Amino acid sequence: MPRKRGLMAPPPSFIWTRRIVLTALSVFALVPVYVMVSSSLKPLQDVTSTFRWIPSPLTVTPYRDIWYTVPLARYFLNSLIVSSAAAAASVAVAVFAAYAVSRYGFRGKRIFTTAVLSTQMFPGILFALPLFLIFVSIGNATGIPLYGSRGGLIITYLTFSLPFAIWMLTSYFESVPKALDEAALVDGCGPVRALFRVVIPAALPGIIAVTIYAFMTAWGEVLFASVMTNNTTRTLAVGLADYSTQNNVYWNQIMAASLVVSVPVVAGFLLMQRYLVAGLTSGAVK
Amino acid sequence: MRIIRVSAVAAAATAVLALAACGGGTSTGSGGGNTTSTTLTYWASNQGASLQTDYSVLNPELAKFKQQTGITVKLQVVGWADLLNRILAATTSGQGPDVVNIGNTWSASLQATGAFLPFSSSNFSQVGGESKFLTSAVGSTGAAGQPPAAVPLYSLAYGLYYNKALFTAAGITSPPATWDQLVADGKKVTHGGTYGLAVEGASIPENIHNVFVLAKQKGASFFDSAGNPTFTTPGDVAAVQQWVNFMGSDHIVNPGDAQYAQNQSLSDFAKGKAAMLLWQAAGTTLKADGMAPGAYGVAPVPVESGIPSASNPDSMVAGINVAVFKDSKNHAAALKFVNFMTSQSEQIKINGEYGSIPPVKSALSNSAFSTAEETVLRNVLSTSAVALPQVPKESQFETAVGTAVKNLFADAASGKPVSAATVKAQLSSAQQQMQG
Amino acid sequence: MTVSLRRDAPPAGSGAGRGRGPAPQPRSVRLLNKIKKGGLPYLFLLPALLLELLVHFVPMIFGILISFKQLTLFFIRNWTGAPWAGFGNYHLVVDVHGAVGSALLHSFFVTCAFTVLAVGLSWLFGTVAAILTQDTFRGRAALRTIFLTPFALPVYASVIIWAFMFQYNNGLVNELLHNVLGITSRPSFWLIGHNSFFALVIISIWRNWPFAFLCVMAGLQGIPRDLYEASAIDGAGIWQQIRRITMPSLRAVHQVLVLVLFLWTFNDFTTPFVLFGASAPSPADVVSVHIYQASFINWNFGEGSAMSVLMLIFLLLVTAAYLLGTSRRRGENA
Repeated sequence: MPRKRGLMAPPPSFIWTRRIVLTALSVFALVPVYVMVSSSLKPLQDVTSTFRWIPSPLTVTPYRDIWYTVPLARYFLNSLIVSSAAAAASVAVAVFAAYAVSRYGFRGKRIFTTAVLSTQMFPGILFALPLFLIFVSIGNATGIPLYGSRGGLIITYLTFSLPFAIWMLTSYFESVPKALDEAALVDGCGPVRALFRVVIPAALPGIIAVTIYAFMTAWGEVLFASVMTNNTTRTLAVGLADYSTQNNVYWNQIMAASLVVSVPVVAGFLLMQRYLVAGLTSGAVK
Repeated sequence: MRIIRVSAVAAAATAVLALAACGGGTSTGSGGGNTTSTTLTYWASNQGASLQTDYSVLNPELAKFKQQTGITVKLQVVGWADLLNRILAATTSGQGPDVVNIGNTWSASLQATGAFLPFSSSNFSQVGGESKFLTSAVGSTGAAGQPPAAVPLYSLAYGLYYNKALFTAAGITSPPATWDQLVADGKKVTHGGTYGLAVEGASIPENIHNVFVLAKQKGASFFDSAGNPTFTTPGDVAAVQQWVNFMGSDHIVNPGDAQYAQNQSLSDFAKGKAAMLLWQAAGTTLKADGMAPGAYGVAPVPVESGIPSASNPDSMVAGINVAVFKDSKNHAAALKFVNFMTSQSEQIKINGEYGSIPPVKSALSNSAFSTAEETVLRNVLSTSAVALPQVPKESQFETAVGTAVKNLFADAASGKPVSAATVKAQLSSAQQQMQG
Repeated sequence: MTVSLRRDAPPAGSGAGRGRGPAPQPRSVRLLNKIKKGGLPYLFLLPALLLELLVHFVPMIFGILISFKQLTLFFIRNWTGAPWAGFGNYHLVVDVHGAVGSALLHSFFVTCAFTVLAVGLSWLFGTVAAILTQDTFRGRAALRTIFLTPFALPVYASVIIWAFMFQYNNGLVNELLHNVLGITSRPSFWLIGHNSFFALVIISIWRNWPFAFLCVMAGLQGIPRDLYEASAIDGAGIWQQIRRITMPSLRAVHQVLVLVLFLWTFNDFTTPFVLFGASAPSPADVVSVHIYQASFINWNFGEGSAMSVLMLIFLLLVTAAYLLGTSRRRGENA
């Protein structure tokens, strides 16, 4: 007779493996974060000398200085606006596209999905300058300011996350049984209302996962932000580089600023986690 | 399918529009007409401790300019990480500022793009004429034989900073004047964790600036008179080898310096971990790192032998130039602004704030530039500084050779010998990259 | 995947007993309906299509065009006037005997090695962590948050902090390896020399494995519990369950995840750029920074574009091969 424990309880070997591996991974994930935190609490001279685990003296001046050395509040706001708008718009567009791909058969579907996938391979360098030129000419021709404006950046970022978003959402939508759609259609809904009434609620966790992905893509992008923004519209990702000036690299302020701007993002993650994991039932499996 | 066709047409239209509208801006030629209620856009480079410092230094001067001429200047301070990219974007699209600061070593490259207004004699006369400026500074404003693409705004030169206490402790009474003396002094100071000299081994500009001057001291140059790269001449090879061997065979440089590219060498100097430093106007940074001005001295950079002079240089001409975009719609106003920024009073004020040296002769003698540090640098700039090559491929040269030196420092740091052959091999491959 | 919703046919069983169905509509209305029905998916796709064209495809075509021109700094102001170089740029970058070509080839190999190593380990860490945190145990939620934190930090800051830790004299890594643990006899260089490759790999893994963790974790939710219970009744131990149930069920997730990670890592510009600046040390000279140097630093956009196009072709081939190779299994699961 096997030892009396629950049928599904893992054996000690598994539990120990789990403990060791997860601890190692936690250390790997957290040590740099700790270095960030401790460096943000040191005066500049201490940061550049021998590394010490505990800051002494401990100072919070970096947290005050970060707002003055660089217009951090403005960069933060810009990043927030651009990333949120890009994420929302990207998901909105992707939802419709994914609905079409997962619910309809139509000519050119194969081409569309392949083309969408292929954009993941485009090296950013290749089309950074041409895209910039196109924005400038649209601006010249129509008066809509795309270059140097948040709008242009939003359009760029939303398109960057679009392929993956469509891909993933198609998977999630396909896992929503078509019977649900058809029931709604029987009740007299048009396809759009079926989308909103049935499919979206059922695939909500997937939608949230994709929104997070789109947001993070926009939040961290550096190359296009550096070319396409001016001082008013600059985002955080490139703005942090301004702590490295002609004379000095303000390491402690860079760390403090990074922590400050990450707090809302991590908080958002925490809140979203529930939706992210709980209901991603058979999400990407198909 | 109809919808796809419609969108294809829209896409084609966009493409045609882009093709037609982009490339070459809408140049309105010189002369901007009415300047009384004009607005200029000015991109300034970061010269101060932070971007905000630059705004607080420059905005009062811009207000002064408006008072005098009625022209409003909209200021944007651009960090160095972005400045060249933004200038590139402005050049390509024709949409950019009216006036911009550039690193003076970029002058010849940017000149070749045709983006800047050339300072022909008539334009030059609107800002005071060529004789208003230091000859060495003007030498770094564009290719020889062509009108300059920019005029000097702030200037700097390299000096040898040395730690007085460490020198006294090692029995060194005066700073070295030749390289041999520098190595000897360095060896006297090097023991334990203290080293003779601190260098930024992974910094492309620092490597280039130093090896170029070393080569010039040996009578060699990295380019011939026609502007072709000649990286493998004996003088060039010897210069690079000498520079890297401060770490490699002389052992007066900490091997860790091979990774430095973020001004860590200044921090080491400030903390007394290195006794000497070759830098441009390090005073402000050293103070921020906790070193009092009395703790260090400044001397001219050593030479091979003899006295520094124009033909025996001990520094490159460092500095910032100011240029006017050809696509600007306000050439006259822009030139007025340049004239203002290079006027004696402004030069004294702004260079005083930034700790740089005015390239305008009439401002040089002002007492603001008579501190010990500034006097040395001023003299170097006026008498023994040489401009980096004024060729269109200058930035390519910096990247290619700078990276070669960086790689050699990496070898030296890990104990590999740096011989003339290895140096020549690296320089040769750097030169081949220039043909691309 | 090719289900067409038929909307104009009356649903089965609904009109029973009500007499005839709805009156036949006039021809024009029927035609309009037909167009609307046939055109609806296209309408849904339209925004995505327009955006992709504007931001991805049209600039790409320009980029490819540029690769056939000699777009150097002399012509940058009026790029339409730049002379056509035919395949000149391509000849230059492919010629492995020349400096440019051999540097590119070296960079290409470095990038392949980097990508395979970084993606492999990221995938491994992510999968292992996801499987190990599948069961509820105390502290699981906290662990999940910890694991996702690197993903939330700005890239610039993450790379800078690692650069900081990799410093020769005062860096944490050397401090640990050399002073505390005594593994190495002297402090090592991490940002220059051979180790720079591994520094880049470590940073890439640190940033990317949380994403793998996230995706696999999501995928694990889709495996029905009864499979595990049934196998437990049959006497399967946990390792067997992992091998026989968990991994096969995750196949589709893995396929997508590995491909996406591969493409992103191969094209990753931000990490090496922030770590090394515009010129990376030779052992860590990845293609994205290499191309940036050719285009933005050397102002030779024709050459940079040619290099990018070659990379694009390579990635297309790899992706096609990968998808073909794994599509059999996907067909089984569909």
